[in-house]
Amino acid sequence: MDVNMVAQFISRAVLQGTPLLYGATGEIITEKSGNLNLGIPGIMYIGAISGVIGGFFYQNSGSEVVPFLAVLIPLLCCLLGSLLTSLLYCFLTITLKANQNVTGLAITTFGVGFGNFFGGSLIKILKSDVPYLSLVKIAKAFKTTFDFGSDMGVFGKIFLSYGFMVYLAIIIAVISGFVLKRTKIGLHLRAVGENPATADAAGISVNTYKYLATCIGGMIAGLGGLFYIMDYSNGIWSNNGFGDRGWLAIAIVIFSIWKPGLSIVSSYLFGALYILFNYINVPMAYLPLIQMLPYVVTIIVLIGTSVRKKRENQPPQSLGLTYFREER
Amino acid sequence: MNALELKNVTKKFGKVVANKNVNLTVKSGEILAVLGENGSGKTTLMNMIAGIYYPDEGEIFVNGNPVTIASPKDAFDLHIGMIHQHFKLVDIFTATENIVLGIKDKKRFNLKDAEKKVIEISSKYGFEIDPKKKIYEMSVSEKQTVEIVKVLYRGADILILDEPTAVLTPQETEKLFKVLKKMRDDGKSIIIITHKMHEVLSVSDRVTILRRGEYIDTVATAETNEAELTEMMVGKRVSLNIDRSEPKNPVDRLVVNHLNLKNSENVKILDDVSFTAKSGEILGIAGIAGSGQKELLESIAGLHTSAQGEITYIDPQNKEINLMEKTPVQIRELGVRLSFVPEDRLGMGLVGNMDIIDNMMLRSYKKGKSMFLDRQPPKKLAKSIIDELEVVTPSATTPVRRLSGGNVQKVLVGREIASSPTVLMAAYPVRGLDINSSYTIYNLLNEQKENGVAVIFVGEDLDVLLELCDRILVISSGTVSGIVDGRTATKEGVGLLMTKVKGAKENEE
Repeated sequence: MDVNMVAQFISRAVLQGTPLLYGATGEIITEKSGNLNLGIPGIMYIGAISGVIGGFFYQNSGSEVVPFLAVLIPLLCCLLGSLLTSLLYCFLTITLKANQNVTGLAITTFGVGFGNFFGGSLIKILKSDVPYLSLVKIAKAFKTTFDFGSDMGVFGKIFLSYGFMVYLAIIIAVISGFVLKRTKIGLHLRAVGENPATADAAGISVNTYKYLATCIGGMIAGLGGLFYIMDYSNGIWSNNGFGDRGWLAIAIVIFSIWKPGLSIVSSYLFGALYILFNYINVPMAYLPLIQMLPYVVTIIVLIGTSVRKKRENQPPQSLGLTYFREER
Repeated sequence: MNALELKNVTKKFGKVVANKNVNLTVKSGEILAVLGENGSGKTTLMNMIAGIYYPDEGEIFVNGNPVTIASPKDAFDLHIGMIHQHFKLVDIFTATENIVLGIKDKKRFNLKDAEKKVIEISSKYGFEIDPKKKIYEMSVSEKQTVEIVKVLYRGADILILDEPTAVLTPQETEKLFKVLKKMRDDGKSIIIITHKMHEVLSVSDRVTILRRGEYIDTVATAETNEAELTEMMVGKRVSLNIDRSEPKNPVDRLVVNHLNLKNSENVKILDDVSFTAKSGEILGIAGIAGSGQKELLESIAGLHTSAQGEITYIDPQNKEINLMEKTPVQIRELGVRLSFVPEDRLGMGLVGNMDIIDNMMLRSYKKGKSMFLDRQPPKKLAKSIIDELEVVTPSATTPVRRLSGGNVQKVLVGREIASSPTVLMAAYPVRGLDINSSYTIYNLLNEQKENGVAVIFVGEDLDVLLELCDRILVISSGTVSGIVDGRTATKEGVGLLMTKVKGAKENEE
């Protein structure tokens, strides 16, 4: 493999890892509040389709596509869609104290169906012959890169060849890590996830923190879905195209032992494993073995973290449990 | 002026009245004891002052002004701080992180400054605390210290301590009382919840007595005595003496030799433990919580297959049976009649969501040859336990989780005794029980002893151990630090043995 191949591999891995990074960062913030949001894969779907709907109507509105609005409209639609879905999850699990696992799985099923339903509808509106929808003009705005990057050879290819959402994902992850570790808000949030009764007795509003963390986390995860369509797939929506990336994002949360900083590295690693089969020469018959790698790694990591003993590396203690103050 | 005053406070949980028209006053610079049996509503009352629960009726005054305490935050703002019985600490945080948790000020988040302030407070009142230590590395008494510093850090003037001594050794208790008195002399108001009479008498200035959620009276400690307080607390005269008969021809029943056990992290939990339990006597086991008592009983019951050493059971026909490396089922099949009342009643002893009858079957489900269950014998057993031990329950088909702690324990002990054991092991059987239920349990243990059963009793209240047991084995971080005669031993002596470190004598105080 020559240098250019390696550079291309790395840049593809970064692109592949970015949706995972959004999902993982969002889920870490959520889980730190003690909410095990298994609806994240669904929320990422809804984030994606909401952005697509916004972009679709803007692109087909007849007016000329301004890059600024082409980014802003899908972005806001995506945030709104994921926020509403997260609010639904919060209302069910925090206010009504429903079981988190069941609610999360229901949201995922709902989200995938929601995405495919509206994706299908948009394709019907176009009376298109192909089973996908293309938002090329919108995607072009999302994929705007640094002009000087292309002149800088391999370095430019690895570090400067991406649209703004790749960098945004890193910035969000770094800020999340800082907030969790170094601020009062982070301390309070971690306390809520570890031991809500303690946080409550210390005067921290447990429900407020849970709602905020879950909604913000959901919105960040939704951006992952948007990135996948607008940047990675060049604005092409096809039903079920996002695949199982949402579940991989949840696996990365465990892999990164609930640290947003680590999730940057692990997301790109998973991204690399995801596309590895394109870059190594194996007989067709063995290809599925290579494609299996991310999942195998996930299982190994799950086993690894469960035997690891350090208390700080364990999941938040009250993860998945509902909190009710006057419980006797 | 009264620092805190409650007038006619009432709190209900559904149909259950936890507090009814309770009145209470605390002055500045005073220690008030709130005395009552378990279930008398002490903790509920205090939770209302701390903002965890909200009263249904009644008024609360702080420094003479009527106030509403709707949340723990309101309580802080009124300078009220509560140290809960079950510590409210985040395990993976440091002492300082726990102490600053929830403080809302405009200042920048700075743990270094907070650490300095923690040390300042500690030295003022004589605490020992390492601000950087993680909670999960701390002993119970260290955790309690963190709790107290936490409320002082917030500038609390009224401190509520919910059964602070339940988990402490006599020496640690004394230390705590010294600190409390120092705080009182500093002008703070302190409310201490307890059901231990001697503590009330030694530390408090006045006592408020609750019984079944109702306010009984408030008296000055100097003008009362143990008998009077007990009568007010229980509502009738109770004999506080536990009968202790002489053991009748004791013979060796269970011999434990050089028992060693390591946990999964390869830390020694039991270190060369040897003792003999004899028929017809009660062998007490004393020690600070978590010194290996639980693991010792579990090893004998066959729950720790990795234990090393010898455990021999000598049956009434003098036949020796080796219990090492046997599962509980194998032990039962060998004809060893061993009963175990574990510490964790609803975790190891009973299944909370199953009713009393089904829980009886947990011990006997292997009996019978039919593939269908015969529910008649367990039903009869459940009925007889309910009648004989006066279990308060709507019916035998009520899930045990819904019974009160005392009744759950009666069901468990009743089931274990019903299998007519020759060895009966009970870990903290009266934990969380009121005086009447506790005495029912003591009497049951005594009855078993008189029937020739070898009783092993792990207890936390030294007064009870000294009154009930024939011999007391003292365990200190996994080693036997002494076996003393229950009739001659003193509380101080046992207390010292509890903290003795192997190979060296530790200086307490």
